[in-house]
Amino acid sequence: MESSGLTSPARILAPGPGAQRRKVVNRSMEVICTIAAVLAVAVLLLVIISVLIKGAPALNIDFLTKNPVPFGQKGGGLANAFVGSAILVGLATLISVPIAILVAIFTSEFASPRVATVIRFCLDILNGIPTIIIGVFIFGVLVIGGTQSGWAGAIALAIVELPIVARSAQEVLDLVPGSLREAALALGLKRWRVVLRIVLPTAAGGLITGAVLGVARVAGETAPLLFTSSIFSNFGLTTNPSQAMPNIPVTIFTLSESPSPQDHAEAWAAALVLILFVLLLSVIARTFHERSRSKLRS
Amino acid sequence: MSATASTAPRPFGVRIKLTDRIGEPLLRILTSLAGLLVVVLLGWIAGTVFYQASPAISRFQLGFITSQTWDSTHGIFGAADFIYGTVVSSFIALLIATPTAIAISVYLTELAPRVIRRPVAILVELLAAIPSVILGLWGILILGPFMGNHLEPFLHSFLGWIPLFGGIPSPFGMLPAALILTIMALPIITSITREVFQTTPTELKEGAYALGATRWEMVRTAVLPVAKPGITGAVILGLGRALGEAIAVTQVIGNATQIKASLFAPAGTLAAQIASEYQSANPGLWQASLLYLAAILLVISLIVNIVARLIVRRSKVS
Repeated sequence: MESSGLTSPARILAPGPGAQRRKVVNRSMEVICTIAAVLAVAVLLLVIISVLIKGAPALNIDFLTKNPVPFGQKGGGLANAFVGSAILVGLATLISVPIAILVAIFTSEFASPRVATVIRFCLDILNGIPTIIIGVFIFGVLVIGGTQSGWAGAIALAIVELPIVARSAQEVLDLVPGSLREAALALGLKRWRVVLRIVLPTAAGGLITGAVLGVARVAGETAPLLFTSSIFSNFGLTTNPSQAMPNIPVTIFTLSESPSPQDHAEAWAAALVLILFVLLLSVIARTFHERSRSKLRS
Repeated sequence: MSATASTAPRPFGVRIKLTDRIGEPLLRILTSLAGLLVVVLLGWIAGTVFYQASPAISRFQLGFITSQTWDSTHGIFGAADFIYGTVVSSFIALLIATPTAIAISVYLTELAPRVIRRPVAILVELLAAIPSVILGLWGILILGPFMGNHLEPFLHSFLGWIPLFGGIPSPFGMLPAALILTIMALPIITSITREVFQTTPTELKEGAYALGATRWEMVRTAVLPVAKPGITGAVILGLGRALGEAIAVTQVIGNATQIKASLFAPAGTLAAQIASEYQSANPGLWQASLLYLAAILLVISLIVNIVARLIVRRSKVS
């Protein structure tokens, strides 16, 4: 702003040149920013509402409790895929969560700051690897020369889940007050007892919500399963992870590429169940996450 | 411990309990192994992908990257079409997602009433929670037909003289894929940008206001310059997400092996090609070539992610 030397106070406070234009620019930028936010929320709602409207008609008890029937017949459901998905995600979580928490304990309790930084970095990079590549990796290690299996799928999902849970666990452990640890150490407790008796119980809420977020993330993962647990017999219920297991994401994927409207209806219904499950878990985990964090902070 | 309370006071460090003697090193070893596993896993993934791809790598060498042929009957493969598709679809996605994410972040940190800031931020982040296969299903059955029947003819009639918008409108193609990728990259970019905006020093903002800046001028002169490195990192992270998405893209892009100027034409990306041919490819050169695509994708996404993390980290430290 150019000023013309000494001016009266009234001149200073008066609107400068171009004030009108600046006001208009300001107002329009505010409007644009608001529209952008509305748009993002609208897209979310649009997707959810589409899934609700398209999925609800085909969703009934049979859909959840009956196995698929041969093509052309009426009725049937996707019970086998729901069971398979539950087993795959359950196994993946059982594998990844303990390792993730161990990693988190290592970086925030034992490792030197330098090593901890390196491992954090590696976790971030692991998190950034496209999930289809995780599927290719497990295909190369476990499937090639043999057959697809629930184990292979579960391990692929576990690799996707590991960095998510480990990073959130690290954040929570770092929030546990140092004074608590020091007090326990001063009382003569060994480090491992401090970790198991003081640090982990204090952080338990945060650790659980981190694990829930991990479950929400991998429940919908399709790419890691394409190479590891996608070629399954479509009709029977499988509970044995040494065979390829039917699962919801791959089922939605194959149904979505089919030309038949009946398949599309099933895909929408499966998508409805999946999206409700994932969004519900995400919202719950987020709310609790915030709460357990602020509790640790105070 | 209640056990020590009953005995007479003892000097420090005389006797270490048996459980401590086992437990302490045990936990140290277990946790170090877990830490080591993370590092080993990265190398293992890269090693396995490259090993599987090796027949194709030794056969086609680096010419694979520039060759446009993808012919499974004659066993000649090249990645150029897919590299092109990956770059273009991700670029369009970022072109739309970046300004939108910045605008949303401005709204969430400066404009929105305080009560709705957190809920709206959570809603935007929930976009990232939608499984990609569902986004792809929505893409095939709702977004694609809408684009093929309405949006693309509309663009074509106004901008058809630009080659990008020439060609025949279709429900499958580069544009729907790019839009789906936009939806996926948006929440990632927004959440980091918003965090960076929140760390703008209050003195800077108040300084700008004191000089008579309007709200937008304050954002432009105080918030954006400080946030620039953070925004860059966020955009590159969004790029990492867009590059690697396989499922939703393969559902909507049409999986064609061609390079067309028109954004309406079907195309392919590295990740989508792997996902679409995984079952039909028989062991041998075809499969190895798909894994060569995976290796290229892995290298690109490693570089992108490492750069992004370094930038984000640095901007958070400063």
